[in-house]
Amino acid sequence: MAITFEHVGYTYQAGTPMATPALSDISFTVPDHGYLAIIGHTGSGKSTLIQQINALLKPTTGKITVDDFTITPQTTNADLKPLRRHVGMVFQFPESQLFEETIQRDIAFGPQNFGLSEEEANQRALDMLKTVGLDESFADRSPFELSGGQMRRVAIAGVLAMQPKVLVLDEPTAGLDPQGRQEMMTLFNRLHQEQGLTIILVTHQMEDVAAYADEVAVMQAGKLLTCATPQEVFNDPAWVQSSDIAVPRAAKFAQQLDKRGVKWDQLPLTADQLADQLVQHWPGMGAQHE
Amino acid sequence: MSNFIFGRYLPLNSTVHRLDPRSKLLLSFCYLIVVFLANSWLSYAILIGFTLAAILSSKISLGFFLKGLRPMLWLIAFTVVVQLLFSPAGGHVYFHWTILNITQAGLVNSGVIFIRFLLIIMMSTLLTLSTQPLDIATGLSSLMRPLRWVRIPVDTLAMMLAIALRFVPTLMDEATKIMNAQRARGVDFGEGGLIKQAKSFIPLMVPLFMSAFNRAEDLSTAMEARGYRDSEHRSQYRILTWQRRDTMTWIVFLMVVAAMLATRRW
Repeated sequence: MAITFEHVGYTYQAGTPMATPALSDISFTVPDHGYLAIIGHTGSGKSTLIQQINALLKPTTGKITVDDFTITPQTTNADLKPLRRHVGMVFQFPESQLFEETIQRDIAFGPQNFGLSEEEANQRALDMLKTVGLDESFADRSPFELSGGQMRRVAIAGVLAMQPKVLVLDEPTAGLDPQGRQEMMTLFNRLHQEQGLTIILVTHQMEDVAAYADEVAVMQAGKLLTCATPQEVFNDPAWVQSSDIAVPRAAKFAQQLDKRGVKWDQLPLTADQLADQLVQHWPGMGAQHE
Repeated sequence: MSNFIFGRYLPLNSTVHRLDPRSKLLLSFCYLIVVFLANSWLSYAILIGFTLAAILSSKISLGFFLKGLRPMLWLIAFTVVVQLLFSPAGGHVYFHWTILNITQAGLVNSGVIFIRFLLIIMMSTLLTLSTQPLDIATGLSSLMRPLRWVRIPVDTLAMMLAIALRFVPTLMDEATKIMNAQRARGVDFGEGGLIKQAKSFIPLMVPLFMSAFNRAEDLSTAMEARGYRDSEHRSQYRILTWQRRDTMTWIVFLMVVAAMLATRRW
């Protein structure tokens, strides 16, 4: 599903003395099967932005198009259910949304709300448990006796069970250990590759941006600074410096080498790209490992 | 819901905001009694004038104030209608049907109820709009201090009140967050029949209680880790001081009360 924002603005509590503008004049497009990363400091409007995609917040000005759905300030709640069925949202710390007595029933909750029979939903819940790397023995346990990382997986399974076409992820790996983080990101990438899900990822992990995203949107104080490929965004050290965003570790390392005279065909953003190019510079280095 | 202002705080910088919370609390309480003492139209006019002056000097716009009170109008309208229809006989009878009467006395009575209701709601809303919740808690505990002598644990009560008030916005945020997450999973809050609506709140209430209990546990651990003990004599970060503007406010208020008493029917 393609997503288009046209001059979207959003103000919290518009029309009262407490009104606070959160987004202004946001325009960008994510193509079908795209992978967009959104970066920016805390309070820059990332979370407000993603809540527009399934109209949990409706824009104060402008227009959003998600495939055939159009969201404008006039959109009413009655029209939104089909949209929400197709846009899966994984909020920050999604484990706080668990409430059912068993894990299976919690995962089946979303699909049932969107019209699946109990039987089908339960079957899908079992499938999703496997997808997120938990076995079937978890199905009848209470979600509240799990560890934090397992609860996170169950919550994500609950969103995936709706079989959305767009997956919106708000810092899905915050608070996980490095291995869990790696597994989660690999899972999302697999869904993107194999099932063609459009993915919107809000993150502070520049390594994830470099490794997975097609495009990266940089937010600052409610405005969209730029929306371009990671290569374009991170390649301009002066711009990166001035807009106060971090750079992937591999790119930082490459830039240090750059100062000492190593020339790159293209700035490497991930450790793999860095290694590949280094091997080309010093062919002998790779040979030692083989 | 978002423009419902009863019980909320609006940060502005005005004389009313800067008043000592104790003097605002006491004044609101006295005002409650004074409103019930008024009985002539002129005495009500004086109180209305005082209330409007108080709102104006708080720099809160009157339009915002009235708009925010609109949800309360239903409650007021209900009381007024009941008063109007079930009032005792007296004066001219305008309308009569089985047990329902609209009489002159009833008309006057419901008018009085309407004004009293409105005045009290406006004044108490002004209190919360112009005073931070924590200041209200500090003010209350300071006013309750004499109760220590009858062995009421005032400090503990004040601490409980302060913690409860402190966590209202936190829990509101949490509730919004959980509601959003469940909406994204296809829950419609506030739609369908009564039973369906009630059911739709289970996915909100269970996680909310879980997180409230977790928070309470974390907070108590953090307090104990920093050596908190009950019923110690503790010093306070916020010291309340009675200013000249408090004295001035009370002088004005007492003058208004005197004028009201002078114009009421005895």
